[in-house]
Amino acid sequence: MVKASQQEYEELIKGIWRDNPVFAQVLGMCPMLAVTNSAINAIAMGGATFFVLVGSSFLVAAFKSWIPKQVRISCFIIIIATFVTVADYTLLALIPGVHKELGAFIPLIVANCLILGRQEAFASKSTIRLALLDAIGMAAGFMLALLMLGAVREILGDGALFGIKLFGTQFEPWVIMILPPGGFLTLGLLLLLFNWLAVKRRKFLDEVIKAERGQS
Amino acid sequence: MQKHDPQLLLQHSPILRHDKTTPGVMLDVLLALSPVTIASIWLFGLSAIVVLAACISGAALTEYFFTPTSKRRRILLDGSGLTTGLLLGLTLPPALPAWMAFLGGVVAIGLGKIIWGGLGSNLFNPALVGRAFLLATFPNAMTTWVEPAGSFWNLPSSTLSLPFTLDELDAVSGATPLGLMKFEQQGTPFLELFLGNTAGSLGETSGLLLILGAAYLLLRGDMDWRIPVGILLTAMLFSGALSLVDPTVYPTPLFSVFSGGLLLGALFMATDPVTSPSTPTGAWLFAIGIGVLVILIRVFGGLPEGVMYAILLMNAASPLIERFTQPRVFGYDREDSS
Repeated sequence: MVKASQQEYEELIKGIWRDNPVFAQVLGMCPMLAVTNSAINAIAMGGATFFVLVGSSFLVAAFKSWIPKQVRISCFIIIIATFVTVADYTLLALIPGVHKELGAFIPLIVANCLILGRQEAFASKSTIRLALLDAIGMAAGFMLALLMLGAVREILGDGALFGIKLFGTQFEPWVIMILPPGGFLTLGLLLLLFNWLAVKRRKFLDEVIKAERGQS
Repeated sequence: MQKHDPQLLLQHSPILRHDKTTPGVMLDVLLALSPVTIASIWLFGLSAIVVLAACISGAALTEYFFTPTSKRRRILLDGSGLTTGLLLGLTLPPALPAWMAFLGGVVAIGLGKIIWGGLGSNLFNPALVGRAFLLATFPNAMTTWVEPAGSFWNLPSSTLSLPFTLDELDAVSGATPLGLMKFEQQGTPFLELFLGNTAGSLGETSGLLLILGAAYLLLRGDMDWRIPVGILLTAMLFSGALSLVDPTVYPTPLFSVFSGGLLLGALFMATDPVTSPSTPTGAWLFAIGIGVLVILIRVFGGLPEGVMYAILLMNAASPLIERFTQPRVFGYDREDSS
C-alpha cells in the first residue's frame, strides 16, 4: 500500500467541493439541467459520466506521449466516445427504463465539456495516478451536484425520492420543478447557496489569518 | 478651516429636485388600489383577506431577510414590497391556499426583485413574476375560480389547506367570463363586468373601481397615461376588427377590455415605471405590443387569459425599446446621436 501524498489527496478532494465542476466551474450544464427531474435519472447520469471520465482520463494520461499535440482534441474525443458507447449499451442492457428516459443525453456525454476539459487541462499533463484521482474527484463532485438537483426537484415536483412517495396523497406537486424552468430555478438557487458558503468561508479564513498575524 | 464664498453655490447633480419620493408614490399606489381591495373583500369575504395577507407577509418577510441590515429600515418602509405583495394578491384566485399565496409573495420579491439588485433594477414586474411562478407551479389551484360569495364569513376550505397540500374546494366553483367566452362562446352582461360581480381573480373583477383608482394616480401624476391608453385602445381596435369579421366567435371590444385582468394589468402593472420604457415613443410602442399580445393570446392561444404573459414579454423588450427611442441629443446630427 502506497501512502497518499498531500498533493494526491488534494487532487482527489478538490473536485468534490472547492472546484466542484458544477457549482464552481459551471461545466456540464446540459445534462445538469436536462435529466435531473428525478433522483434516479441523476444517479444514472452521474454514474455514466463517472465511468466515462475516469476511463478516458486513465487512457489519455497513459497515452499522452503518443498523442500528437496538433490533433489532441480529436484523439480525446475518440477516447471519450469509446467509453460513452460502452456506457450507453451497458445502461441499455441493465436499466432500459432509465436509459429510455435519459434518451439522447447519454450519447451527448461525449460533448460534456467537463470531460473534455479534464483531459485537456489535467489528464494530458499528469501521471496516470494523479489523473485517475482527479477524475474520480471531479466525477464524484459532478454526481453530487446532479443528485442534489435531482433530489430537490423530485421531492418538490413529485413528492417522492427515488420513486418512493414521501408525503401523503394530499401533497400538491410543484409542477414547475419537473419542467425545464424548475431545473434553471433550482440550479440558480443552489449556485447562490454555494457562492454564499464560499464567501462566508473566505471571510472566516481571512479572519483566522488576521488573528494569527496579530498573535505573532 | 475652509472658507466658502457665499456668492458661489457649489452643488453636484442632481440639481433639479422633485418632491416625489418612493414612499410617497407607493402610498399613492396603495391608496389607488384600496377601492379594489375593499371590493375584493366585499365580494369574496374572509378568503380575500387571508390570501392578500399571505402575499403581503411573504413579500415583506423575504424583503426583510434578504436586505442588508443597514438598509433594512429604509427599504422595508418605502412600501414597494407592500405594493408588490398587494398587487400579486389581487391577481390570484380567491380560493387559493394561503401557503401558495405566501410562496408567491416570496418568489415575487426574491426572484422578481432582490436577485436583480433591489428596487429599480428588476427587468420584470415582480408581482407578475410571482404570479407566473404560481401558475406554472400549481396550475390546478391557480385556475380554480369561485363565484363571489356575497358574505363576509366566506372561507373556502382550500384557502386554509396545510402547507404542501390542497384541500378539495367546498365552495361554488364558476368559470371566469373569459373562460366562458373561450370554451363555451358565452358572453357576460356588460354591467356585471363593469361592477365586478363575476368569478375571477380578487382584484380584476370590477372595472369601475380599477378605473377610479387609476384616475387618482393619473391626477397625482404617478403614471404615464400613454401606457394604459395605448394598451386599451390597441386591444379595443384589434378585438373590434376581429368581432367585425365574425361576431359570434370573437368577443366585442368592450368585453375584451372589461373582462379578465386587462384593466388591472394595463392600469397598475404595465405602468410600473421600473419595467416600462420611459420615453414617450417607447411607452406607445410598449403599450401597443401589450395590447396586441393580449388579444392574440386570448383569441388564438390555448389560454383564456394572456395579460400576464403579454406584460412580461413586453417587460423583456422594454430595455430594447428604450434604447431605440432615445431622443436626439440637442446639437448633434441624427447619425451622431445613436
